[in-house]
Amino acid sequence: MSGPRSMRTPLGRVRNLGSSHSGTTDFWRQRLTAVAMTLLIVPVIVIVLMLIGRNQAGAAQILGSLPIAIILVLFIIASTWHMRIGMQIVIEDYVHNEKLKLAGVIANNFFCIAVALASIYAILKLSSGV
Amino acid sequence: MAEFALPKNSKITGGKAWPKPAGATETREFRVYRWNPDDGKNPSVDTYHVDINDCGPMVLDGLIWIKNNIDPTLTFRRSCREGVCGSCAMNIDGQNTLACTKSMHDVAAGGAVKVNPLPHQPVVKDLVPDLTNFYAQYASIEPWLKTTTPTPQKEWKQSHEDREKLDGLYECILCACCSTSCPSYWWNSDRFLGPAALLQATRWVKDSRDEATGERLDNLEDPFRLYRCHTIMNCAKACPKGLNPSEAIAELKLKLVERQI
Repeated sequence: MSGPRSMRTPLGRVRNLGSSHSGTTDFWRQRLTAVAMTLLIVPVIVIVLMLIGRNQAGAAQILGSLPIAIILVLFIIASTWHMRIGMQIVIEDYVHNEKLKLAGVIANNFFCIAVALASIYAILKLSSGV
Repeated sequence: MAEFALPKNSKITGGKAWPKPAGATETREFRVYRWNPDDGKNPSVDTYHVDINDCGPMVLDGLIWIKNNIDPTLTFRRSCREGVCGSCAMNIDGQNTLACTKSMHDVAAGGAVKVNPLPHQPVVKDLVPDLTNFYAQYASIEPWLKTTTPTPQKEWKQSHEDREKLDGLYECILCACCSTSCPSYWWNSDRFLGPAALLQATRWVKDSRDEATGERLDNLEDPFRLYRCHTIMNCAKACPKGLNPSEAIAELKLKLVERQI
């Protein structure tokens, strides 16, 4: 609550800045990426098992297959997006200091985008055999 | 950060053990949360022994017996004593429920009946929580019929099928057992409306006579007001009327997705 000493009325405190008219997009995308990961997880596990014990040339050979590269890239997009939304929810739940929350949300976005781009770059690099 | 420990002045210390009533053959031990805003002391848990042959079976009967026979300073809300008014909501044996419909014999035999105020709300005195914020949240969802069409001469008509859609929603007595059992509400009760207010919001969103459905959804569409609900379902477990606020909130989310895609 905005301080027990606040002289605002209880209804004024509850209404506060009003509704942000957002949240549904993230809610929907979180479920969409969850369904995508459910579908992708089995092929991804199979691909990872295929990669175990191989050297870079062997890995490049497997990832050279277009469907395999696409499956992995889709999995990275779905999982990092899901991770970004999930972590943001955890931050909003537990971090109540506004500055710390803002910093947390920014760091979370940067981290997830960096992980996604680095992973996709690695897949594409191996896949194209450069 | 979310608070995982009680503030210093809320820590429970000691407590008075009242003697067993003279001449009682069968007694039940009650451990009741006590806090007086006037004495400057920390809260405590007092131990009482209720003569169960001289008192009704419900926890509320036990509390009234204590107030009448042992300690008249014990403070709690009660009114209808039959699960209709929602006044005597409290935490009994670790579960939010109504003292008037919870039998003291349902609390594990031999153990004490532990009675605390509803969790994570400011305490006014003893078992009386301050529900100001809870009521303001209920007011914020504007729980009344909103229409633009001129009021008909007789009544707003509703089919039997549409009326049935309100079953499981209209029965809520606003006792606050659900909201105060919800961890999301504990951490964010300043911004999250909580299961009770959201169940009531669903009741008005689903009312076929209401003409402000879109505005109501607009007002709820917010990461904090609505989407703090993570379907933990403590609300459904706690509800003494057997309602399912989680399901009602899921219906709100579905409607918001439905109008977007």
